Amino acid sequence: MKQVFCRPKSMTKNIFHYCAGCGHSIVHRLIAEVIDELGIRGIAIGVPPAGCAVLAYNYLDIDMIEAQHGRGPATATGVKRVLPDRVVFSYQGDGDLAAIGTAESFHAANRGENITVIFINNAVYGMTGGQMAPTSILGQRTTTSPAGRAALLDGHPVRVSEIFSQLPGTAYIERCMVNSPAAILKTRKAIRKAFQCQIDGRGFSLVEILSPCPTNWKMTPIDSCRWIDEVMCKEFPLGVMKDVPAVEQNEGG
Amino acid sequence: MKGHIIIDRELCKECHLCIHACKKGLIVPSQEFNSRGYRPVCFKDEQGECTGCTLCAITCPDIAIEVYRD
Repeated sequence: MKQVFCRPKSMTKNIFHYCAGCGHSIVHRLIAEVIDELGIRGIAIGVPPAGCAVLAYNYLDIDMIEAQHGRGPATATGVKRVLPDRVVFSYQGDGDLAAIGTAESFHAANRGENITVIFINNAVYGMTGGQMAPTSILGQRTTTSPAGRAALLDGHPVRVSEIFSQLPGTAYIERCMVNSPAAILKTRKAIRKAFQCQIDGRGFSLVEILSPCPTNWKMTPIDSCRWIDEVMCKEFPLGVMKDVPAVEQNEGG
Repeated sequence: MKGHIIIDRELCKECHLCIHACKKGLIVPSQEFNSRGYRPVCFKDEQGECTGCTLCAITCPDIAIEVYRD
């Protein structure tokens, strides 16, 4: 019998510290698979965030450099500018990218830095105990919005992909999810495209991934996958937000 | 086409996403605990129905499933 599915080569044998049904570990695996597929294991450099995925360097068997909270794109910018032949990506959650690191992420995107950002959107602060995040859905109950998020009091959820796609510096932006095998395969394609975009030198690429957080949503893993389909997708529509062809990008500048 | 999966009992965290993903219902919950306090799922394929479609492995967050195919 032939082995058709196994642990990617770019992953260590460590057991994930994530909760059962967490989307982070799926995305880690997809990144490792894409790195294997593109054959860039020796030149890939990752920047893990502060948050649940802070220990990503324990699992991805590539070069990793830890950034301060929210400063992933700034660190990645530095690495990429010093070592332009490497493939540099930052991995960030919604607290990291959309709250404390908004300025760094926004301006890295606006400068059109040739880096890739993997943005995990689970609508909640995972590591600190399920507080409301900038991306929490209206009406969503969290530990800091026990009556549900209200627009008047807490504002509206931030749609990062839509905002970043308005910036002229960005080249490729897509939003996908990891709640079913089909969606996971689509996400893998998106991550591959984002890395390819960087290798081709087209500029800033971002993949936003709607990811389940069963522990803080207080649901079973299967219910949380359903919740992404039924509620989260309505607030955060999926699809390619921006895909600038290489030629146009060169003409522009 | 015949397939076969191997579930790593120590890696499984009983999220049961694979049970949901398997179209033939060949993965079932179990009552036995592993050393980390989870009850890993079992692969029950007495009729040889598994096609090795890898859907269970793709959906498994903990990479606990290896898939083999003829």
